Amino acid sequence: MAQIETFYGVMRRQGITRRSLLKYSSLTAAALGLGPTFAPKIAHAMETKPRTPVVWLHGLECTCCSESFIRSAHPLVKDVVLSMISLDYDDTLMAAAGHQAEAALEHTLEKYKGEYILAVEGNPPLNEDGMFCIVGGKPFLDQLKRAAKDAKAVIAWGSCASWGCVQAARPNPTQAVPIHKVITDKPIIKVPGCPPIAEVMTGVITYMLTFGKIPELDRQGRPKMFYGQRIHDKCYRRPHFDAGQFVEHWDDENARKGYCLYKVGCKGPTTYNACSTVRWNEGTSFPIQAGHGCIGCSEDGFWDKGSFYDRLTNIKQFGIEQNADEIGTAVAGGVGAAIAAHAAVSVIKRVTSTSNKEHGEQES
Amino acid sequence: MALEKQLELGDSEEKVRKQVAVYVYEAPVRLWHWVTVLCILTLSITGYFIGSPLPSVPGEASDNFLMGYIRFAHFSAGYILAVAFIGRIYWALVGNHHSRELFIVPVWSGKWWAELWHEVRWYLFMVKTPKKYIGHNPLGQLAMFSFFVIGNTFMILTGFALYSEGLGSGSWADQLFGWIIPLFGQSQDVHTWHHLGMWYIIIFVMTHVYVAVREDIMSRQSLISTMVGGWRMFKDDKPD
Ligand code: HEM
Ligand code: HEM
Ligand code: SF4
Ligand code: SF4
Repeated sequence: MAQIETFYGVMRRQGITRRSLLKYSSLTAAALGLGPTFAPKIAHAMETKPRTPVVWLHGLECTCCSESFIRSAHPLVKDVVLSMISLDYDDTLMAAAGHQAEAALEHTLEKYKGEYILAVEGNPPLNEDGMFCIVGGKPFLDQLKRAAKDAKAVIAWGSCASWGCVQAARPNPTQAVPIHKVITDKPIIKVPGCPPIAEVMTGVITYMLTFGKIPELDRQGRPKMFYGQRIHDKCYRRPHFDAGQFVEHWDDENARKGYCLYKVGCKGPTTYNACSTVRWNEGTSFPIQAGHGCIGCSEDGFWDKGSFYDRLTNIKQFGIEQNADEIGTAVAGGVGAAIAAHAAVSVIKRVTSTSNKEHGEQES
Repeated sequence: MALEKQLELGDSEEKVRKQVAVYVYEAPVRLWHWVTVLCILTLSITGYFIGSPLPSVPGEASDNFLMGYIRFAHFSAGYILAVAFIGRIYWALVGNHHSRELFIVPVWSGKWWAELWHEVRWYLFMVKTPKKYIGHNPLGQLAMFSFFVIGNTFMILTGFALYSEGLGSGSWADQLFGWIIPLFGQSQDVHTWHHLGMWYIIIFVMTHVYVAVREDIMSRQSLISTMVGGWRMFKDDKPD
């Protein structure tokens, strides 16, 4: 196999100093929750290990994952990580275009057969033989399958690749599916979110590159280190939830006081993501801090779970959209009315049959 | 007890039904029934307020813990409900014949179907006299199985799945019940179903209590006092 450069080699070529590498390593160790002792390990791994080639494909998507990725908190993070991955293939970020680009991809897939990590942003539509997403004149579906065949592991970037996201929302005319429906024989690391947080993305990729293994995943295939808890579990407004202090209307005094957004439909209690700990835009803020409830963007099928301002899903099978309580009270009301009617008839029957008896009739 | 013995010694059920009193529900069944009643009452009220919390309380967050107490009551009652239900299943294995009626509906028995049909007609005012039953009447038995046993199991499973989310990944609840979440899709779906399940149970309870009171008055046997003291009293000694 061809001699592959180390990460450090690549970085030096990109003009990154050793000091920067160490800084990056300690930042990443912290983001991964590994503690300061791991920083030298990361640095050491990056200095000595051959860099892992990454191929980054784009299917049906809006590129928000890439946008998020290149806005990682520390400018270094993106330089370091980009220098590790963009060289091979990423049709949005790389310099090459057209046939040249396709040739570069083919070259990478051949040269690093069984070695490279496949990162997928977006997903393949299956309808009409995949004609709703064409890359280089061919269905993205084919490119995805081709690239997945010899990949060591697969990363599903964002809610599109992980769950399907908006293009797979009902009625899903293009039959867009999450990539695990197409790639069934490789480990897939799901990094959902619309988009995922930059530090989460770089954290996951750095973990894999430096430790040479995939991070520990939960039942649904998400890295536990970032998706092990709900927004609600680490939300700074949680004390207001436990106290029973809620924003009742968007413009009320409680909203100004920063009370819990549960009653205005916050989906933090049902959403697994790192927003309430890592936050966004260099740790500046996150939706709840800005006064809006979580919409559950990293959860399976979040577009199809009814309004962003309802905590529970409406049930459409009942014709008009109804929530669980409306259905419940309606049915319970019906049952109550039936019981009342039944009781009334019972009383009447009883009275009449008793009077019948009094008139000497025989009961059968 | 003597009469129950008689039954066990091989006297036909027909004969016993003409007796005046039979010991039907053993103490653990009765205790379980009323513990479950209290739990479900607590769970429904607190569950409703978890779904639609009370108006906000004034003051500092650190001085209040209303939602916390409501959830604590919900989870405690949930634990008791679940443990009691396991106890009830155990008692179905070791208890008397009637302790199994809740779980085993004899759908294979022609006689059972005939009695079920009779019972339906009794409720539709199509027959004047109900039959006597030592245990549950077939209609009641069917409703108790399909609404209560299924509903209760569903609520316990989804309830502990939600509970596991609070305890966190890797906790015992997560290991035992965490798999339920992806089964429904995601956490939000489990919340919605758990919430709908409450109404399923409430419908059972409404009907059940109405029927218990009505039958106590109109049928030919005691009901409510049977669930309190265990003895089934018959109001006449005519044959079924
Ligand atoms: C008949 C039995 C039960 C009823 C009627 C009931 C009712 C409810 C209702 C209405 C909710 C609110 C759902 C929502 O709107 O999000 C809820 C939430 C919940 N229930 Fe139950 N429940 C029952 C049994 C259980 C059991 C056995 C457990 C297990 C410990 C349990 C644990 C929970 C948990 C953890 C939540 C979520 C609390 C939160 O999000 O803060 N429930 N329940
Ligand atoms: C949350 C409320 C309730 C639930 C979930 C519930 C559930 C049940 C269940 C599962 C049984 C079957 C017992 C067995 O076979 O082991 C039963 C029997 C019975 N329950 Fe309840 N119950 C509730 C409330 C009540 C109330 C309030 C009354 C009294 C008015 C009542 C009266 C009875 C009676 C009389 C029986 C025996 C029926 C018979 O002899 O066929 N229940 N109940
Ligand atoms: S704002 Fe949302 S995430 Fe935060 S405590 Fe309230 S419900 Fe939970
Ligand atoms: S707070 Fe919720 S909706 Fe907002 S980015 Fe995080 S997971 Fe997505």
